[in-house]
Amino acid sequence: MDFSLIGANIAKLLQQYWQVFLLEGVVNTLKLTVIAVFFGVVLGTFVAMCKMCRFKLARFFITVYIEAIRGTPILLQLYIFYFVLPQLLPVLKLSPFMWVALALCINSSAYVSEIIRAGIQAVDIGQTEAARSLGMSGRQAMARIVLPQAVRNILPALGNEFIMMLKETSLASTFFLGDLMTSYLLVGGATYLRFEALIIVGAIYLLLTYPLSRVVNAFERKMAKDGAD
Amino acid sequence: MAQTELIKTVDLYKSFGRLGVLKGVSETIRTGEVVSVIGPSGGGKSTFLRCLNLLETPEKGQIFFEGAEITGKKVDIDRHRQKMGMVFQHFNVFPHLSVRKNITLAPMLVKGASEAEANARADELLERVGLADKAEAMPGKLSGGQKQRLAIVRALAMEPDVMLFDEPTSALDPEMVGEVLEVIKGLVKSGMTSVIVTHEMGFAREVSDRVLFMADGIIAESGTPDEVFNHPQNPRLQDFLAKVL
Repeated sequence: MDFSLIGANIAKLLQQYWQVFLLEGVVNTLKLTVIAVFFGVVLGTFVAMCKMCRFKLARFFITVYIEAIRGTPILLQLYIFYFVLPQLLPVLKLSPFMWVALALCINSSAYVSEIIRAGIQAVDIGQTEAARSLGMSGRQAMARIVLPQAVRNILPALGNEFIMMLKETSLASTFFLGDLMTSYLLVGGATYLRFEALIIVGAIYLLLTYPLSRVVNAFERKMAKDGAD
Repeated sequence: MAQTELIKTVDLYKSFGRLGVLKGVSETIRTGEVVSVIGPSGGGKSTFLRCLNLLETPEKGQIFFEGAEITGKKVDIDRHRQKMGMVFQHFNVFPHLSVRKNITLAPMLVKGASEAEANARADELLERVGLADKAEAMPGKLSGGQKQRLAIVRALAMEPDVMLFDEPTSALDPEMVGEVLEVIKGLVKSGMTSVIVTHEMGFAREVSDRVLFMADGIIAESGTPDEVFNHPQNPRLQDFLAKVL
């Protein structure tokens, strides 16, 4: 392998295949991430509420759900959603892309639910007691006192979940679904310039995640400062 | 002093796990009365106080507030709690709300007071405790003593019939104890019925109509400050006073 040519090769690949990397790879990766985290948050909020509800049976099943998802590899979950579920539920008629997106949503919901639960439970119980002692209902105390404070804990963690998920979507390339990692497979395979393609893809992932992680950090610092009671 | 029964407890029992904390507490607080609760840590003082507005649910026994049993099923405890202000050891001010919002939130949300009404009341209360210039500040900027004064007026904004103080000065730096005690003193002088769990013996002796000594989950002795502090009968109380006075 001639390393002196790497720079030139990267330039060549970018010139020739930028659309594959950016228009296809980045767009699909972001699409998967946004779908997964958005519905992960929606579903995760519901899961967190069940986990904290007063019904023992609901709590039991939700705990099983969370532990099963967090305790198995995401790749295994993708296989199930890609190969098994379409045969079990042919009525759903989802595209392979949507099956994988669904798997990522479910996966995300388990992590997000724990983020939300931890965020709520990190709010001092004295806050609830003070609110209730003033005559607020449990619901009012949750909505006006606990949740606004929990958001400080939850938002940065959700930002990190987004970054994690953005990287996890690379597993969609297992099924050639057009994400950024698939771009590498395509371009690397077509040109045999695998190393150069990897560098390009890696740099793009970094360009996506690094600013995000800076934002999360800044937000965390601001929240820690404001929240100092 | 009016003699109507405001809060009455009948044979309260409460335990945490296997640890019995209240072992049959029967007591009556009358309207206008100032009652201090003293005693060693772990004696059940705070638990007793927290049972009065059902922040702790007793396992056995009854609590009556303004003639209604609040320990029964299907009681709208939120409605009763509006009439019982509580002040906590750790202030528990709402850190995400301004000083003013800390005070106005509950009256607006729970009692349906208008914003103008609630604000006027908040200003008046803040003036009374010397925090008028802090109305727009966030609680994070307040000292411990200021936070506790805020917590007191937050409870007062609901216009309660009784105030419950749970060791209101125990978490304060020594130099801030005085300012909080002054506020409480002013309040009880104005005739507010108060139950005060405290380790400030001098204060309890000065402001109370009655002092309860709790140890081992029961009210071991009760009486006027003079009786309790100058003529203690119970050996545990004598022992306790010898240590703290």
